[in-house]
Amino acid sequence: MVERISREEVAHVARLAQLALSEDELDAFTSQLAAVLDHAADLEALNVDDIEPSTHPFPLKNVLRVDEPGEGFEIEEVLEGAPEVEEHQFRVPPILGDS
Amino acid sequence: MEATEIAEKVSSGEISARTVVEQHIEIINEIESDVNAFNLVTAEKALIDADEIDSKIASGETLGPLAGVPISIKDNLCTRGIETTCSSKILEGWKPPYDATVIEKLKEAGAVIIGKTNLDEFAMGSSTENSAFGPTRNPHNLECVPGGSSGGSAAAVAAGFSPLALGSDTGGSIRQPAALCGVVGVKPTYGRVSRYGLVAFASSLDQVGPFANTVSDAALTLEVISGHDPRDSTSIPEKPLDISGFLDQGVEGMRIGVIEELSGKGLGGISQDVISRVEDAIKVLSNAGADVEPASVPASIYGLSAYYVIAPAEASSNLARYDGIRFGPRTEAATTAETMTATRTKGFGDEVKRRIMLGTYALSAGYYDAYYGKSQRVRTLIMNDFAKAYEKFDLLISPTAPTTAFPLGDKTADPMQMYLQDVCTIPSNLAGHPAMSVPFGFGADGMPVGIQILAPAMAEREMFQAAKILESESGNGIE
Repeated sequence: MVERISREEVAHVARLAQLALSEDELDAFTSQLAAVLDHAADLEALNVDDIEPSTHPFPLKNVLRVDEPGEGFEIEEVLEGAPEVEEHQFRVPPILGDS
Repeated sequence: MEATEIAEKVSSGEISARTVVEQHIEIINEIESDVNAFNLVTAEKALIDADEIDSKIASGETLGPLAGVPISIKDNLCTRGIETTCSSKILEGWKPPYDATVIEKLKEAGAVIIGKTNLDEFAMGSSTENSAFGPTRNPHNLECVPGGSSGGSAAAVAAGFSPLALGSDTGGSIRQPAALCGVVGVKPTYGRVSRYGLVAFASSLDQVGPFANTVSDAALTLEVISGHDPRDSTSIPEKPLDISGFLDQGVEGMRIGVIEELSGKGLGGISQDVISRVEDAIKVLSNAGADVEPASVPASIYGLSAYYVIAPAEASSNLARYDGIRFGPRTEAATTAETMTATRTKGFGDEVKRRIMLGTYALSAGYYDAYYGKSQRVRTLIMNDFAKAYEKFDLLISPTAPTTAFPLGDKTADPMQMYLQDVCTIPSNLAGHPAMSVPFGFGADGMPVGIQILAPAMAEREMFQAAKILESESGNGIE
């Protein structure tokens, strides 16, 4: 049987999601994801073309508020949770590399 | 002691908040090493908070409805200055700079936070085995799982660590562990309780709710945490709930439907033990004057499939923020892009990776319509079928979980088997409706069984009235 998702597709999806997988992990995830997609195949038989999609339980309208300045967070307190900080900014490794 | 009783005695000065907290810490010290309900016990801070409550009472101040009541908080709810990990290595050590709205409300009501409870990483799972900090065990049998993902909160209440706990429910993560641990667990109407400060998993499904040993304690807690919050744009513009005063109104004349598709006649895999407890629940509700009939929600059987596309799709987007730049630990690499990949690869566990990939796949070009688009239409179908059922019925019931608690390790190798645990609870999340689990006796294995009560949007009060009837006849004999 052809799996519902191929090893190559899983590798591609992992790259998109910024996850690095070992060869063994790739095998395991491919068969596990295929099993979930197999289960979801019961939806294929349903004809729902005339039914509107729902993104949410209740119809949402834009929620607006008066544009009044309020209290924000202390910069120091927010930056405390960051792995690396310099002069009130998040510090990151080089953006451009060899790859 | 029940929460309502603690609050009364603390407020009247009959017992000090410190004594209450000390008593609960003692129980935690005795058996927490077996149960592992907590990622963090905040005993020291809890005693300081208790003293503060006691001095307020001494000076004649009136306190809120949860004065001096210890409460355990699922570790995906932000607590200012207190580690909030989501049971993930990717947030290990992170201390939020703010309190979730529900935490603010609990503090205002006088509740005392006693610890942060274990969960399946980022609330993804049904057994609390997917935690970076080890599994939680079921207090009724330490060889069994407590359910999940809010397994730590359910176990904390079942073990007597605190009379109350908060959890979050995206596909059953409050109700299923409540059933497996023999406690009350409530998922309110979507938008009833603010999600501000709840770490997002699937934003259109997530809802915060209470665990308690009794229906009235769950009602009181829900009243405290409910109500409109301008910081959550999906929060319903309504006043906090008022349930407690109506709890004893019974079910006389109510029309209650038993969802056939979820009670063993449609789906396989519902155990005989569970089916026979549902039959007993039908008798109890009928004897109390309800008109109980079979009900049909045909599309509910597609809930699981639709959910395991929609929830991972939303999760793949929500969890993109964990990249080692702004919070949590970082795995350093040569470039920023490589650092992000290294951090995510090391920081996320397997189940979280599975769901991120599943969601990324379902949203990717070429598959969007077949999976995500279709699932959103099925979601509408489920809502329509519920609407039809509620033309005839005031409430619906079903099992909460297909089985009683299963042994640790039983389902970890096969994710699909684990997902089936949520088959009865997922439809309510997709529809945004309230639902709760009430403990209703035990299976042949001696493990608790829960009955699920489902209600239309905003009908929490009627749902609780039925819960109260089941509780009174459950034969559980809550001490």
